[in-house]
Amino acid sequence: MLIRRILVANRGEIAARIVRTCDRLGIETVLAASEADLDSVPARLAGSVICIGPARPAASYLSVNAVIAAALAARADAIHPGYGFLAENAGLARACAAAGLIFIGPAAAQLAGAGDKLRARENALAAGLPVVPGGEVCDVGAAHRLAREIGWPVLVKAVGGGGGRGIRQVGDPRDLRPAIERAVAEAGAAFGDPRVYLERFVAPGRHVEVQLLADGDNAIHLGDRDCSVQRRYQKLVEEAPAPRLTARLRAGMHQAAAALGAHMRYRGAGTVEFLVDTRRDAFYFLEMNARIQVEHPVTEAVCGIDIVAEQIWVAEGHPCPAQESVAIAGHAIECRINAEDWTRDFEPSPGTVTAAVFPAGDGIRVDTCVQAGTPVPPFYDPLLAKLIAGGKDRGEALRRLRGALARCEISGVATNLAMHARLVADEEFARGGVDTAWFSRFLAGHTAPAREARAGARSPDG
Amino acid sequence: MHLTNEDVQDILHLLDTLPFGEFHLRTESFELHLRRAPDGEWTQATEVLARPQMLPPAPTPAGPTGTGGAGKAGGTTGAGEAGAAQAAGTAEATGAREAVGAAETADTSRTARAEEADGTAGAAPRDGLAEVRSPLPGTFYRAPNPGAPPFVEVGSEVGEHTVVGIIETMKLMNSVSAGIRGTVAEICLADAEFAGQDAVLMRIERD
Repeated sequence: MLIRRILVANRGEIAARIVRTCDRLGIETVLAASEADLDSVPARLAGSVICIGPARPAASYLSVNAVIAAALAARADAIHPGYGFLAENAGLARACAAAGLIFIGPAAAQLAGAGDKLRARENALAAGLPVVPGGEVCDVGAAHRLAREIGWPVLVKAVGGGGGRGIRQVGDPRDLRPAIERAVAEAGAAFGDPRVYLERFVAPGRHVEVQLLADGDNAIHLGDRDCSVQRRYQKLVEEAPAPRLTARLRAGMHQAAAALGAHMRYRGAGTVEFLVDTRRDAFYFLEMNARIQVEHPVTEAVCGIDIVAEQIWVAEGHPCPAQESVAIAGHAIECRINAEDWTRDFEPSPGTVTAAVFPAGDGIRVDTCVQAGTPVPPFYDPLLAKLIAGGKDRGEALRRLRGALARCEISGVATNLAMHARLVADEEFARGGVDTAWFSRFLAGHTAPAREARAGARSPDG
Repeated sequence: MHLTNEDVQDILHLLDTLPFGEFHLRTESFELHLRRAPDGEWTQATEVLARPQMLPPAPTPAGPTGTGGAGKAGGTTGAGEAGAAQAAGTAEATGAREAVGAAETADTSRTARAEEADGTAGAAPRDGLAEVRSPLPGTFYRAPNPGAPPFVEVGSEVGEHTVVGIIETMKLMNSVSAGIRGTVAEICLADAEFAGQDAVLMRIERD
């Protein structure tokens, strides 16, 4: 079925990014916006805007009812949910089907299969993927037996969690009981599902993920991304392809992701996340994200495929491209520019952007939702812009990124721009292949007061 | 009509053949400023000027008891919404618990600072009551989880480090401490109400 008008049920940079692809494809857009976002940059870019409720997400962007009502009132054929909010909500997918709308994303059953972390693990095992040693625990006694079997330290994870939420690390057996009791109570309240499971804590590890594209019959991959630069499980810098991986490991992950997609008869764009144990040169399945991801532009930069366009194409019932037609060339790195004060423990910084100057030039892409005068409301996540630099190899991408960051200027709210400038100047980061523990070491070195002056004197281009 | 990143790159390639260091384009719908930086590379400042084209809101937005002309579909979506709302509210709460421990020290000191800035340290303008103010603009929560008992009620005894509420700003939970020893005299905002920066959340009668 041909999609003529899409309701974009999201906000911020991803809403603007979806509108741009729709413009290029000649598809009309209607932005579903909360009262706080009626004059936002994506609202100005979209063909039209429909208000779906007050600023608080629970009453607007998270309301299936409001989104469906808006899509019907705006006579949209389809809903693009972006990422976050309702993107992986099986209820929205089902409500779309009931209302005769196309949900641009996987089927409800696939969303549920990826969202339930234990079912995702079972799917991965059934598809022949290696998973981190672990399993579901029903009581504390069983948890102790399992922890002894897989080895300390362990991670206690919520079955309904994801996106870095609902995870706690336990190193001392005496802490396991309170950790599990708290995790069960919290998971019940937060995700409506009190089940928890244990996994071996792998350190040092790298976070590498594979971009999947599938049409229900065929599943292909668009290469890998490294997202190891994280703070409290939130990604800050991503790149494609993942640097310093053996060809064997890389090919293994690509095949594993495609095998999981085929096993699930997956349809749409998705990401299969892996934990790479650098010492053992092994990888394990972590989880699957059944949506477009924040960091998708680095993949687009190296494979030349517009992933949002592919999502729409597949949702219309067309086949996804053949694996042989996908070629990965060059390298790309993305920095997430957030409205937060990295010198004050990443304190959020809502307010109004008074000036926004971004870099431009060969290999540079900026996905943003801010310009001079844009309010940054306190109700939503702090992502202001994604700065992506690509080149023929990692060296060129990194050089361009350093220059691009130096030319970037956002005033009115605090940002982490200066942190990124130092990060991309760091020797270890420049060498490539840092693990998930690296960022906290980097941060400690750059926020310790005694070293502040010295670090500040260093040129970001250094 | 709006410019794409590819359009901007094309303009830059053209500019690179010309002796200009600045380019300014304004149409009805956007404004583009390209400027050569000291390193010889380019910067861009874009402003989308187009006014949003508002559609009338959907006839019965949200509302569990909405008339919903869609009949059966209305019921299905209602159930979905309840689930989503619950997930949303409670996800906030998980973060809250995690933030409580980490942010406590910093927040306490800030509360104290804010009060000093008001004048007499810890003292308050009204009736000799100390005010607990919001460290950031955000949503005020009285309890660690939806459905959980509130941190404090009027009459609760608090110490300096007692957590009295949570302010959610940009998906981050910041615990708010009393900052003073005493008894809660007044709670000024309802649960889930918006608090501006430095808004008075509570008043506390000091011991």
